[in-house]
Amino acid sequence: MVAQLTRNERHIGLALAVFVSLLGLAMAAGGKQDLFGIHGLIVFAFGVGSAFLLISGFHLPEPSDERLTRYYDDPIKVGLILSMIWAVFGMFMGVWVAAQLAWPALNFDMAWTSFGRIRPVHTTGVIFGFGGNALIATSFHVMQRTSRARMPDQLSPWFVLIGYNLFCVLSVTGFPIGITQSKEYAEAEWYADLWLVVVWVTYLVLYLRTLARRQEPHIYVSNWYFLAFILVVAMLHIVNGLALPISLASAKSYTIYSGVQDAMVQWWYGHNTVAFFLTAGFLGMMYYYLPTRAGRPIYSYRLSIISFWGITFFYVWVGSHHLHYTALPHWVQTLGMTFSVMLLVPSWASAANALLTLNGAWHKVRTDATLRFMMVAAVFYGLSTFEGSFTAIRAVNSLSHYTDWTVAHVHAGALGWVALITFGSIYAAVPRLWKTGQMYSPRLVEVHFWLAVAGIFVYVFAMWNSGIIQGLMWRTYNENNALAYSFIESLVAMHPYYIARTFGGLLFLCGAVVGFYNLWKTIQLAPREQEVLRDQPAAVLARSSAVQPGE
Amino acid sequence: MFKTHYRLERHSIALAIAIIVVASIGGIVEIAPLFTIDETVEEAPDMRVYTPLELAGRDIYMREGCYACHSQMIRTLQDEVERYGPFSLAVESQYDYPMLWGSKRTGPDLARVGGKYSDHWHVVHLNDPREVVSESVMPAYPWLLQNRLKTEKLDLHLRTLQKLGTPYTDEMIANAVADAQGQAAPNSDQASGVAERYGEDTNIRDFDGNPDRVTEMDALVAYLQILGRLTDAAYVAQAEPQPQPVEE
Ligand code: HEC
Ligand code: HEM
Repeated sequence: MVAQLTRNERHIGLALAVFVSLLGLAMAAGGKQDLFGIHGLIVFAFGVGSAFLLISGFHLPEPSDERLTRYYDDPIKVGLILSMIWAVFGMFMGVWVAAQLAWPALNFDMAWTSFGRIRPVHTTGVIFGFGGNALIATSFHVMQRTSRARMPDQLSPWFVLIGYNLFCVLSVTGFPIGITQSKEYAEAEWYADLWLVVVWVTYLVLYLRTLARRQEPHIYVSNWYFLAFILVVAMLHIVNGLALPISLASAKSYTIYSGVQDAMVQWWYGHNTVAFFLTAGFLGMMYYYLPTRAGRPIYSYRLSIISFWGITFFYVWVGSHHLHYTALPHWVQTLGMTFSVMLLVPSWASAANALLTLNGAWHKVRTDATLRFMMVAAVFYGLSTFEGSFTAIRAVNSLSHYTDWTVAHVHAGALGWVALITFGSIYAAVPRLWKTGQMYSPRLVEVHFWLAVAGIFVYVFAMWNSGIIQGLMWRTYNENNALAYSFIESLVAMHPYYIARTFGGLLFLCGAVVGFYNLWKTIQLAPREQEVLRDQPAAVLARSSAVQPGE
Repeated sequence: MFKTHYRLERHSIALAIAIIVVASIGGIVEIAPLFTIDETVEEAPDMRVYTPLELAGRDIYMREGCYACHSQMIRTLQDEVERYGPFSLAVESQYDYPMLWGSKRTGPDLARVGGKYSDHWHVVHLNDPREVVSESVMPAYPWLLQNRLKTEKLDLHLRTLQKLGTPYTDEMIANAVADAQGQAAPNSDQASGVAERYGEDTNIRDFDGNPDRVTEMDALVAYLQILGRLTDAAYVAQAEPQPQPVEE
């Protein structure tokens, strides 16, 4: 890894690593009395670890200029491996969290394993750990290939990847010991948030610099989505994250918003994390890996344009559908509902565009589990966006809100769309990156596919049932015009569904473990450096016709 | 239109700017007016701030992730009002940095749980929920009774909130640590200042049943007992009598 860095990059890298170590040391010293100190030590360990890595390869000869004729894939490979590690970790936490709702004793009465503390570890682990690493890695892959340009330097992609993982580690280690802002999907405290801003700006600059070097006059659709993902997530993260720490030596901060304004900012952030993190970024993935794998060009260029701008414009309005019938002013709720319904149009346009791209390649879907992952992901994308628009209608929301129906909806999207498109993309990218031609075992890809699909069905049906039953029990009146059920009765009715959901999640987790094993074995098959086929930006790619925009 | 786009997609910076502009509109239209339109938050002259002890309890509520299972937002639906009490008003969370409205009800709504049960009930329930409600799936929090409450930095907490706009006086900030101790020790010298600064109706009790120490349980129960009781605006607006708190 270090061998690929120029001497200059090694120096800057080392300076950065030393700086981060000192920062960590300062945090640890200043926050001795506080949990802040523990995070200082983690930052310090990251810095020292990176410095150590760099020093161990410091004396190696510099890479020759020949490297500039190839794409830079090392950080992509590491990113994909990290993504799969986070997948197994985050989903294990999901299964554990699910099991605690069925059998509360499973937290073993310890503080750091109790439900409220590890639930955000699950959400952060899967969304930011698994999803985020996959997005960063695939975006590096896609931007280089569709621009036919190598990344401009070798250091900044590593900074983005390692820095981002530091953010993730600070998040998931903070919640169990009690460091949290308690804002959903933005639980990390002020210093981790600040760090992420630095990483994210570097990411944006890297993206723009690579695009600036492109040898294609047009910027391919995937890159529009990745750009929207990077830009809007930056905007959301900064605005929602504004906070005042109680002191520079304490982990604790207070967000600058309160009450109803905070609720609106929070759900503007929360729902647009769904939109620009969990949707736009993964659409970027889909628009590249699906057509290249199917060997078909995108069905319609115009549909891509309409859905891209539709999604970018409409999504931002819909956050208030999380706040129907609350103390949020009525006009904002109505706007949220209206735009949520309109959002179905660009969403289905994207899903249709993906599925129609498969016309002429359906025989491949039957035999190739990798392509099937992506196909089913597009179907789930269509289904869960329909469900989203539906539950955003006030009357429906009065039933679904606060219940497991929302959890069913979230996971139809998270498992069905986000996780499946990611697995499909990883299975498509890995043989290309490690030059193995195919995965170690296509049969295991098939096994993973069926475990995943079975897991989703069990999970989602269990939660639909429990959510609707719960919602109905809460609002049912008896003949005396009194509420028919106590809260506890509704809780008891959930028990079998919580067991079923845990089982469904376990199937899905097993699939991810199988996928990780397959990835590991594939890497071992990879030919050694010298034998590698030349994979050059300059040479016209055989498959490139499939990834060009145009009808 | 498609022609324009054909040109736009050849310029990365122009594309980036277009994305930012298009994605900003919705947020600006929906969020900015919430800060400027006066009707967004009702007037409630009797609204009081959290005492340092209650604030510390709120912090524990966030730390333990109680908000992951409990909402604090009663919607304007008949069944909810019947089950939990008058629907929540914006003003009731005016001093909540951040708000804890929640999004999932694995357990019941807590917006008006203050005064519903005795302190002792909460202590037993938090220590082991299944001792009170055998079917409960709520985690047990046995460490709350054991952990001494860290009060040292409470003045910094109040100072920060004051900067953000909560009407804490400098006197409240200066006495934050003493007030936190005093509120949980009714017979101590420090207790009298609490009522002086935060009002006669403030709960000044030994919440956890252990007079010798101020524990995290003291703070959390003090917080739970004030939920829905910082102002009676909701009861006045919806013409409902405020229920009397249960006594020991
Ligand atoms: C796993 C989800 C979960 C978590 C986390 C949780 N609770 Fe609960 N809570 C429940 C359930 C379920 C009930 C209903 C059964 C019962 O009373 O135990 C409940 C009931 C309650 C009640 C009684 C409400 C009433 O009106 O009867 C209070 C008070 C309460 N919880 C406080 C808390 C506090 C404080 C925390 C954090 C320290 C917390 N809960 C964390 C699930 C949870
Ligand atoms: C093995 C697979 C998984 C299992 C067993 C699982 C389980 C759970 C459980 C039990 C909860 C808490 C629900 C509650 O509070 O009632 C939850 C919440 C959540 N999970 Fe998962 N999960 C899995 C995979 C994923 C993935 C892959 C993602 C995203 C990419 C995801 C995103 C979320 C989100 C966003 C929430 C919060 C939902 C809300 O607040 O409504 N999960 N999950």
